[in-house]
Amino acid sequence: MKIKVDTAGLRRSKAYEYLVRFAFGGTVTAVAGIIAKRFGPEIGGLFLAFPAILPASATLIEKHEMEKKERAGKHGAARGRAAAGVDAIGASRGAVGLAVFALIVWLRLPESRTGLVLAGATLAWFLTSITVWKLREIVWRAFRKKYFKSSNPRSSKTS
Amino acid sequence: MRVIVGGVVVSVFALLGDLLKPKSFAGLFGAAPSIALATLALTVMKEGKEYASLEARSMVVGAAAFFFYACVVGRLLIRRRVPVLFTTSASVALWFGCAFGLWFLALR
Repeated sequence: MKIKVDTAGLRRSKAYEYLVRFAFGGTVTAVAGIIAKRFGPEIGGLFLAFPAILPASATLIEKHEMEKKERAGKHGAARGRAAAGVDAIGASRGAVGLAVFALIVWLRLPESRTGLVLAGATLAWFLTSITVWKLREIVWRAFRKKYFKSSNPRSSKTS
Repeated sequence: MRVIVGGVVVSVFALLGDLLKPKSFAGLFGAAPSIALATLALTVMKEGKEYASLEARSMVVGAAAFFFYACVVGRLLIRRRVPVLFTTSASVALWFGCAFGLWFLALR
């Protein structure tokens, strides 16, 4: 599957939807800071990987997909849910990258420049996430080719 | 300050997610280190590097909990007919369980 830039996605989102994300992000960041102050960095650190934006994003994806289907005269609830589910599965690949990000900051921050460590860790998050996503695509394609095609009676008839 | 920086960083990653296709790839940005970037930079300035490094150690466990959370949410939404807002919100309890459970087992 090819990665594409689709500006139509920006047009679908309304101003208040960006405001909701801004408020979510800001609130969770503030709460993470308060928890760290009250309970210490060991507990506060857990909240740096809190799924803050996923519920808001998934709900917006569901809404956009439903609107798209309903414009075409169809009922889009199932499609909306599935699209939100695919987004969440994508986030699980990103979470592997998130762990790598945290690992780099934990091990490198005390001895290196903060800006450099954060930039390097963000790059590592991105590269790890893409690699996991791509690997899953390759493995799944190979799995489907091996097990689903051979069990398809039509494909065995033609071969 | 934290609210503004956190809000801006989260919005930027959300915007990137909106721009990209396919959805499974755009989903990667749902697990972007947005809160961590906003918090860690401010924490280093205020509390020092050692403190921020300790936070990052716990974040490894938080990220593992995020992985389980996102897998369960994704599966429930694709395979079962459960509402999105209910699934994503109720499953946050799973994140709490995993995060604190793993922290208790591995880091305490």
